[in-house]
Amino acid sequence: MSRPGFVLEVDERTPSLLMHEGEGFRLEKLPLGSRVIYPPESLPGMRDVDGEIRRALDNPLGREPLRELLYAGMRLTIVFDDLSIPLPPMRTPDIRQRVIEHVLELAAAKGVDDVELIAGNALHRRMTPAELKRTVGERVYRSFFPRHLRNHDAEDRANLTEIGQTKHGEVVEINRRAAESDLIVYVNVSLTAMSGGPKSVSVGLASYRSLKHHHNVHTLRHSRSFNDPANSAMHHSYDRMAGLLGDSLNIFQIETTVNNDTFPDYVSFLNKREWEWTLKDQAAYLAFKRANDLAPPKRRRQIWHKTASPYGITSVTAGDPIQVHEVTMRNVLRQQLTEVDGPADIGIWGLPYICPYNVNSIMNPILVMSLGLGYFFNLYRNQPIVRPGGVAIYYHPVRNEFHPVHHPSYIDFFEEVLAETTDPVAIETKFEEQFATDPWYIHLYRNSYAYHGVHPLYMWYWGAHAMEHLGDVIFVGGDRKTTARMGFRSASTLDDALEMARERVGGSPTINYLHAPPLTMADVR
Amino acid sequence: MNLNLEYHRSPLRYAAARTATGTIATGRAAGWWAANMSPVRLVNRPEPRLPGPGWTRVKPLLSGICGSDLGLLTGRNSPYLSAVISLPFTPGHEVVGETLDDLPDLPKGSRVVLDPVLGCVPRAVKLCPACEADQHSRCDHVTSGMVSAALQTGFCADTGGGWSRMFLAHGSQLHKVPGELDDERAVLVEPLACAVHSVRRVPIPDGASVLVVGAGTVGLFTTLALREYTKAGPIYVVARYGHQRERAREMGATEVLSSDRAARALRRATGGFLARPEQGAEFLLGGTDIAFDCTSGSGLDTALRVVRAGGTVLLSGMPNASVDLTPAWFRELNIVGAYASGGNDFQDAMALAKSAPLTGYVDAVYPLSRWRDAIGHASSSGRLGTIKVAFDPTKDQ
Repeated sequence: MSRPGFVLEVDERTPSLLMHEGEGFRLEKLPLGSRVIYPPESLPGMRDVDGEIRRALDNPLGREPLRELLYAGMRLTIVFDDLSIPLPPMRTPDIRQRVIEHVLELAAAKGVDDVELIAGNALHRRMTPAELKRTVGERVYRSFFPRHLRNHDAEDRANLTEIGQTKHGEVVEINRRAAESDLIVYVNVSLTAMSGGPKSVSVGLASYRSLKHHHNVHTLRHSRSFNDPANSAMHHSYDRMAGLLGDSLNIFQIETTVNNDTFPDYVSFLNKREWEWTLKDQAAYLAFKRANDLAPPKRRRQIWHKTASPYGITSVTAGDPIQVHEVTMRNVLRQQLTEVDGPADIGIWGLPYICPYNVNSIMNPILVMSLGLGYFFNLYRNQPIVRPGGVAIYYHPVRNEFHPVHHPSYIDFFEEVLAETTDPVAIETKFEEQFATDPWYIHLYRNSYAYHGVHPLYMWYWGAHAMEHLGDVIFVGGDRKTTARMGFRSASTLDDALEMARERVGGSPTINYLHAPPLTMADVR
Repeated sequence: MNLNLEYHRSPLRYAAARTATGTIATGRAAGWWAANMSPVRLVNRPEPRLPGPGWTRVKPLLSGICGSDLGLLTGRNSPYLSAVISLPFTPGHEVVGETLDDLPDLPKGSRVVLDPVLGCVPRAVKLCPACEADQHSRCDHVTSGMVSAALQTGFCADTGGGWSRMFLAHGSQLHKVPGELDDERAVLVEPLACAVHSVRRVPIPDGASVLVVGAGTVGLFTTLALREYTKAGPIYVVARYGHQRERAREMGATEVLSSDRAARALRRATGGFLARPEQGAEFLLGGTDIAFDCTSGSGLDTALRVVRAGGTVLLSGMPNASVDLTPAWFRELNIVGAYASGGNDFQDAMALAKSAPLTGYVDAVYPLSRWRDAIGHASSSGRLGTIKVAFDPTKDQ
């Protein structure tokens, strides 16, 4: 039985606590009385994953067993989540590979010949052949790549189709092949409560015309949080779109969840609570930190990005997308939710080296912002861990570095747009159309491995709710010029950051530290 | 006796200045090295004698330090020009001064600015086709006539130059300064005239996108002239320093860019694709219609890389850097030079000097005796927030 999540109140006996800071980490002594929010202990993974997949496909929720939906002569499209989840990437074989292999076996047994596999990458960069192979496995890759295993192309007008409009006037436009299939099988991995369910097809296979209805400042400011679908305007939009899709398409959803075994054995101390570190863990911490600090930056990045998580699978559920997702949500929250008694004056987050958009890439300043003020800030239900007007303190070096191939429009966004304004509404009004329709960005998105031109703007909107909520944002260890460009401040140490926060929250602030990763979602009462 | 700063023949000092400023002490110390190692000396010479009728002695009130002067002192100017100078000479061709002799239309004591080109008229030779067409900056006779070889005053052994207490000028070179134009503005007329000339060197269609690389005196004045005398559309200026950015906007720049961001920013502004070679800077497939290089060559590479195919690159300052000309071939670019001024450029520049926001452009004035400080300051003018450094020879006792 895994222990539930809990909140530690720092006292004299509390050891220094682990803080992620990009491609590194440190132990930090928090002020007495600070509350530290830990996730539930990692849930046990399934022992017989393949058996569970078979069971899910044979006993789906609200649908006939998959084998009964398959028939010779049909068009079958298998769509799978792209490389943005889970984080870090899963140790192979990836759960998507396992599920897809089972689906293909059933399809083959039924004589289904017309099968296409599509990565649901929406406006994310295309996955490279190596990344596709890693996700779907050697066997599937060899059989289907490149003609029948590909990335979704949100700018291929000839291969997009408009399904209709919701009652709110939201255009639903998705991949034509999927839309014209007799059956879409969506293979999902849910790492957080925001993904999966209605988001899968309506986002993963959509175009900018469709995505702009929910990826905008207004929606994100009214998604509190976007990890709490019931209170998320963004998810309400997904729901409306998914309703329309459900009326016109035949979607069989397969969702999986993972446990909190985030880091591999050689850094297993990163998965543990600090006071439970064994002597071996302490030695591993010292050795790894020393080696990491001494490693050349390029090598350090390579090492971190080669990290593969030994996740256990905690659920596999198949069938009707809505019913399936209810089960998925329960499993995600079971692993991540921790009750917290009220917000604090100051929230602290240690930001790791990876976010959904820098797998095998560089965490540029915009991505740091979206990870901190977007993803991590929004890891809450009811209310944020920091009060309105409070201060967010993040740990990250926030270096001014960009991946020129993956993030070309991010460079221009940082240099030009943020030099002019950091206001999300002003940015949306003046720049979104330009970035979304720029032919060069579109060319790079379609033919290179670049995120879509509008993506950095979306990342900025991701933090819109936090920017509105917070009184100040301070990055401990952050590059001064880079953080200033984004409208934030930087401090050399936590003490400095607390001193800087004093003008907002006084000299004796209350502090909540969200201890993640492994991911923790705070249920703030 | 006439106190003047004299540039003399010294291959050793020339090489030393070129080497020192080009290698071990580029950047902040370049001015110091140039001032101390270049073949320049402060000397007293006998007063110059008028070479013939129509000439007058001029007492400089202010004499600017130009980029081409600095190129000379750092040994960066092209040896190509060595055939059209005569040593030793006194530099200084941006001059406002006072005449010391009576001329038919210019009584003694007139306040004048100098058009430095030494064409056929001052040399008293038969007019070449260019001078006949009122384009004396293209004069073919700059090595003949009654004064020694020199493309212009400030490079001529016989006439002297503005970095002195006295030099010689022909009446045709002098333009009377209206009373309302103070010395600080008047000394800017010559570089303004060059800028006006440069924007007239190529037809600039209405609405054309223009890039000005460099925001020193030449770049700022080119921006001003573009706004005043053309109907150019967006004007993008590449500026290095904060004060240059502000002044470029004052002069009418649509957007001011930093040099390392120029290609990306122009791609966003004008459309097109960005190409990234394995070596060297990025370039555009697309870009602005016209680019003015106002950097004495260091920004020419940028200009060549961001002008659209079939566009025009105009060399506004004296180019003294080597550059990869592949873009000119591949993108079929027109490369056009613009040297000095001609026609009505000087009169138009005079009018512009009255109306343009030029207050504070000359904010560092030195006596000749502090020439090392002056040259050091001028070499670092961008970093020090200065646009134009000038000598005031009347300050020397």
